Order: sequence, then structure tokens, then C-alpha cells
Amino acid sequence: MLHFSKYKITGIALAIFLGLLFSVPNFLSEDARLSLPAFLPSGKLNLGLDLQGGSHLLLEVDTGSITRERLETLISDIRIELRAKSIGYTGLSLVKNAVELTIRDESQIDEAIVVFDDLNQPVVNSLLGGVGGNAELTIEALDDGKFRFGFSEQAIIARNTKTVQQSIEIIRRRVDELGTTEPVIQRQGNTRILVQVPGLNDPERLKALLGQTAKLNFHLVDQNRSAYEAANSGRVPAGSLLVYTDTDPATPYLIQRRVMVSGERLVDASMGFDPTTGSPEVDFRFDSIGGKKFGEVTKTNIGRPFAIILDNKVISAPVIQSAILGGSGRITGGFSVQEANDLAILLRAGALPAPMSILEERTVGPGLGADSVAAGRLALIIGFVAVIVFMALSYNLFGLFANAALIINMILIMGVLSALQATLTLPGIAGIVLTVGMAVDANVLIFERIREEIAAGQPALVAVDKGYSRALGTILDANVTTLLAAIILFQLGSGPIRGFAVTLAIGIVTSVFTAFVLTRFFVARWIRSRGRSVELPI
Amino acid sequence: MKSLRLVPSKTSVNFIKRRYISFCLSLIFLSVGAFSLATQGLNLGIDFKGGTLIEASQEEPVDISALRNRLNELGVGDVQIQSFGNENDVLIRLAGDSENAAENLKAVETIRADLESSFEIRRVEVVGPQISGELISAGILAVTLAIAAMLIYIWFRFEWQFSLGSVIALTHDVAATIGIFSLLQLEFNTSILAAILTIVGYSMNDTVVVYDRVRENLRKYKKMDLSELLDLSINETLSRTTVTSVTTLLALFALFFLGGEVIHGFAFAMLWGVFVGTYSSIFIAAPLLLILGVKRDWSGNIKQSD
Repeated sequence: MLHFSKYKITGIALAIFLGLLFSVPNFLSEDARLSLPAFLPSGKLNLGLDLQGGSHLLLEVDTGSITRERLETLISDIRIELRAKSIGYTGLSLVKNAVELTIRDESQIDEAIVVFDDLNQPVVNSLLGGVGGNAELTIEALDDGKFRFGFSEQAIIARNTKTVQQSIEIIRRRVDELGTTEPVIQRQGNTRILVQVPGLNDPERLKALLGQTAKLNFHLVDQNRSAYEAANSGRVPAGSLLVYTDTDPATPYLIQRRVMVSGERLVDASMGFDPTTGSPEVDFRFDSIGGKKFGEVTKTNIGRPFAIILDNKVISAPVIQSAILGGSGRITGGFSVQEANDLAILLRAGALPAPMSILEERTVGPGLGADSVAAGRLALIIGFVAVIVFMALSYNLFGLFANAALIINMILIMGVLSALQATLTLPGIAGIVLTVGMAVDANVLIFERIREEIAAGQPALVAVDKGYSRALGTILDANVTTLLAAIILFQLGSGPIRGFAVTLAIGIVTSVFTAFVLTRFFVARWIRSRGRSVELPI
Repeated sequence: MKSLRLVPSKTSVNFIKRRYISFCLSLIFLSVGAFSLATQGLNLGIDFKGGTLIEASQEEPVDISALRNRLNELGVGDVQIQSFGNENDVLIRLAGDSENAAENLKAVETIRADLESSFEIRRVEVVGPQISGELISAGILAVTLAIAAMLIYIWFRFEWQFSLGSVIALTHDVAATIGIFSLLQLEFNTSILAAILTIVGYSMNDTVVVYDRVRENLRKYKKMDLSELLDLSINETLSRTTVTSVTTLLALFALFFLGGEVIHGFAFAMLWGVFVGTYSSIFIAAPLLLILGVKRDWSGNIKQSD
């Protein structure tokens, strides 16, 4: 146990050297760190949101709304196809998450089935880029010519995946506009998106930007009937929609259901100021198709109002003064500078494919983060010093060996965390403090064992040798159990808790190395320098 | 130089004979904990209950009742305010509308807008009911899995009696921790859950050290009476058990007193867990072996792990 081959010594030295190399960037100033030559590691510990401040949002994409939308489309498709083939039907309607209808004439059922099969497209698999073998629809033939249509499992999964991916893309564009460094935007589970934005001074603005679908549409206002009358009676004409402004009290508008120009046709939007009133506005530009369409509609509807609808709310409803042919326009609606700016951001980034809701928010201000870092550092230093003093008092010289190992242990933990680019959280710091207390355990086990062997009358060298070899099994068993707990914690924990699991696990591995290998090396060297008949200061 | 010894080098305390005292003590405490859990339950944090929490601070002591009146006027529902760490710092809790996360977010916006002029908003947490439900089930799963993993590992390395004994001791520690949190009505959140899992690891660590010595002595003293042998093993490892507990407690006390309010609950749970874990290794896990009985003939295993 006390013999170290040259290879082993080289290995130990290398491990310590690498630990030092990777942990050094944490202690350098930012300039010095960035000017390190490329072959040297320059990565630094990332501070978690709880330490540097920032916002953590968990969003859920309402994929159900996409399914409902698709079902509506399916209804109109079925209606059109059956009419074209002159097949009579009744009761075409949405029932839960399915469409149902009954074919009136039994003799036309076979004909109808052919129509339905034509409607049933295979699922496009976005991952393989090709066409998958699964049909999009499930078509059930019930009794008496009744049919029920639903979407197949594969179709729903494929659509949800696409929706979430598109949402992530849109969110990324919106968050990028805030100009913060290194936001994290990733899919979590099936329909959730995690957004982490560090160092943000206005978390409400982030939420405002992410909370909106930002679906913009231009509709002509239906002037055949009074909007107030429709709102009071609740009777809305078939081709129209009743929408409100976002003001208090809300003003109702009756608009044509048909979209005049969709916001998808926007290519650019920016904040500007109304040249006459000087109030903030949003200037936008359509692509060529949108611009042409906008030009045509405005040309034929001069004198009529149209409504600009954002997420089913009326922003404004100006009267068309003249044909707008240039493909660009502006939205005025009594915005503040911030509101106009944000609306421009939203329009530039595009609309989310589905509404999103915020399931969880955790925002930490920079003040608390800095306080936590300071408190964590203080606790670490004091805990460290207390343990070191205690070990030195308990085991004399051997205690000093253990302390040297503990210091190297800290360097190794920092090195591994930096090399992995792990994120240090407040619980992570707690994990390190805890490691300081528990790391010496392996040495305590060994030293107590050595004491026992000495008490049993063994000569020093044998006592040390036996102490190390007999304690090894115990050390491994005892640490594997804690490691198991840390791994489970990592698998099931979230955010900061994961940071704790990571530091705890790394701490366990480095502790066993430093306590078992490193102190053994120190002890072996020391004994060798003293000769064989040495008295152990333990 | 004479070294510091918390425990004399040779002790012969009769732990096993007094096992009924410790069993009774544990039983009483766990019953009280269970009663408290049944009657007043746990003071669940928003992680597990859902809701809204805002930490705000200002330069001078906060007049809590004035702040409560001010926030009640905003019409954001039931507002709970308590000071946090020191007088300048407050925690504002909203029971909120548990069904509607959007309403909770709106309430935060209202409060933030109102407080921003005179307070520093240090932290905002809003957890929807869906998430808190998931966190509860993930937490229960994690603790169960951890205990199961220990059961299997110890079974694999020792014998089933050891495995069962250590897991009973572990469950005792977890139950005692949940019990004290219920009894004192301390906030139970995800960081407490992390502490419990760490306690599971620590307590097991402690038990394994004692069991390891029991196994070794079983091989060494083939004819020794089991209760005598268990006492010997506990006494032999007593010094190590105390030293490790002391170093861990030293680090944890530093965390408890200096680590800041946010980590306070975690540090408390760990302090308690280390205390209970050490106690259970000596007074529960070891005596349990006497009740469960152990295999005395380890001759077949000597080569394998020595």
C-alpha cells in the first residue's frame, strides 16, 4: 500500500496539474482570462440564475388549440368535398376531439369512403424529411352511416413537435431582441419550453414579450350592422366576428370573418413616430404578395374602416383614406414608446403558432444573487477553516496531510466543474461546503484504523499499511451509497437542485481520490524520509 | 503533541443492552411526528403547493402591517407577509388562484409595479398547480428510488439482514426529518427534498461503516455472542463516527449561520439529518441486526472482499 510506482506518481501529479490548470481561469481578471493562449483552458464556472440574477420561465405550448384549428379545417374540407360529389350528409360537427357526420343515403356510403380516403394524407415526418407510412386521420365507420374522424397518434405527435420547434424559434428571436447574453431556450418534455435569461433588469417585459401570441391580422369592418347591437343581443352575423379593443371600457367592433391581409405577410416592423402628432407608432412593410393584396383591398374600399387585430383584440380601426400601394403602412394606437417598441419586436419575430401559458416563473434580482454569492463564499471559507483546524488538532501531522489533500480536493472540484462548464448554483455551493465536511471522512476512517492497529501493538509501517488497505472497502461502500443518492437527485431534480447533485457527486469522487491516494502518498514519502522505526504522530 | 480526542481510544459502552430505550425514544418521536403530520401537515412551500412568492427589501425596517394594508388595497387576493432573515427584508406570499396561472402572474405584475418605487424586488417565484403536482410526485419518486437503490446495493454487498436493517434506519431518518418539519411547521420545499436525499446518502454512509466492522468482527470472532459483537463493533467505530459527524456539522453550522436566508432551511435539514443519521446508525441500525439475526459463517466470503 505504501509503494508508489513512477507511473502512479506521474498520474497523481498530472491529475493535480490538470485540476490547477482548469481552475486557474476562475481567479483571473476577465481581461487576463480572455488573453490566455488558445491551447490553455479558459472556461470559467458559470453562475446559475440564482447567483447572477435572471429569469427562469417554464412555458407550455397550447397544442390543443392547434388540434382544434385543424379540426375546423377538416370540417370545411369535408363539407367542400362532399358537396362537390353531391353526397348528402347531416350533423357535421365537432364532438370532443373528433368530427362526426352521418351520410344521409346509405347507397352513397361507399362513395363517401372514397372521398374520405382521399382526404386522409400520410403524416409528414419532419425528422426523416420524407413521408411516413402512417395516415393522418383515423376514420371510424359507426352504425347507420355515421362516421367519426380524429387525428392519429402519429399525426398529433408530429404536429406537436413541429409546433414546439416553431415556437422555440420565435421565442429565440424575441428574446434575442432583448440583447441579453446567453439565454437558454430549450424544449422540455413534449409540449414545454424552458427559457432562462440571465441578468435581466425587467423581467415583466420578458413575460410580456413571451406571453403574447402576436397574431396580427387586417380585417375589413362589417358596417352592415351596429357592433353595439350585436354585442348586446349576442347575435353575430354568420360572416362576421365580434371583437373588442383592449381598453377600459372595451369598444366592440364587428369585423368581416375573412382576413383581408394576414400578419404572416409582414417582412419588417419598427418603432417610429407619427410625423404630425409625434406619438409613437409601429411602421411595417409587407412582402410582395401581401403588399399587392393590401393595395387591391384598400383601392376598392376607400372610405371604409378596416381593423388591425392583434391576438383577437382591436388595436385600431382607421378609415382607408386612399389606396396604400407601396406595401408598407403604420399602426397608431396610443402606444407608449416601450409598447410600440415591443409590438415591433413581436411583429418582426413573427407570431407563435399556438398560444403559450407560463407554468412557472422564478426570477432572482441581481442584489440577491450577489448576496448569495457572498454568503456562500463566507460559509465555505469559515467551514473550511473550522474543519482544517479540527483535523490538525485531532490527528497532528497526519491531520496536516489530510488538510493538504482537502485543499487539493477543492482545486480539483473547481477544475472539474470548470472543465465540464457546469453551472454553479447556491445549492451547488452548499454541496461544496458539505463536501468539505464529508471529504475528510475517508481520512478519518484510515487514521482511526491506523490508531487501532498501533493500539494492537503493530509496528508503525504495518499499522499504516493495514490502516489503508482495511479502510478501503469501507470507504468505497460508504461513498457509493452517497454517490447513488446524488445520481438519483440529478436525474429527478431540476435547476439549482441539479447543481447541488453535480457538486456533491464530483466532490465524492475527488474526495476519495485525494483522501485515499494523495494522503497515502504523503504518508509514504514521510515514512520513507524517517526510516522504518518511526513513531507515528497520529 | 497530544492530539484532540472526542472519544477515548477504547470505549466499551453497552449500546445493545439499552436498545429498548433508543427504540422507544424513536417510536415516541416518530409517533409525535406522524401525529403532527396527520393533524397540521407540512408547511409546503410554493414549489409543492403552487402560488406566488415575492421577496422584497428596503433600506429601513419594513412596517409589515402598513405594507399589508397597502397590498390588500391592490385587490390581488389573500396576502401573507412575514419578515425574512432581518427586519428590512420581507416575504410576500399570495395564495392566488391556484387554477389560473395567468391570474397569478398578473398579481405579481401589479405588486411589482406598486412596490418598485420603495422596495428592491429581490426574488419572484410563481409556480402553477400543474408544476407543483409534478414536483411532489418527482420528489416522492426520488426518495423512494434512493432508498430502493440503497436496499439493493447493501443486499449485494452484505446480506439481506444488513440491507433491511440499514433501510429501516434510513426510513427512520427520512421520517424523523419530515416529522420535525411538520412539528416546527418549517417550510418544506425542493431544497429540503434535496437535503433529505443527501441525508439518505449520509446516513447510509454512517451505517455502512458500522456494518462493515460488524461483518469484519463476525469473521474474526466466530464464537462471540452477537450482542457483544455488535457492541464491540459500535465501540470500535465510535471515534470515527463522532469525528466525521463533527467535521460535517462544523461545515453545516457555517452554512446555517453564514450561508444566507435562502439556504437556511436546507442547512437546518442537513444539521438535523446528520444528527439523526448518526444516532440511527448506532442506536437503530446496529441493534436491528440482533433482532433480524445474521449469518454467522462468513468463511466462504473471506477471500472475496478481504
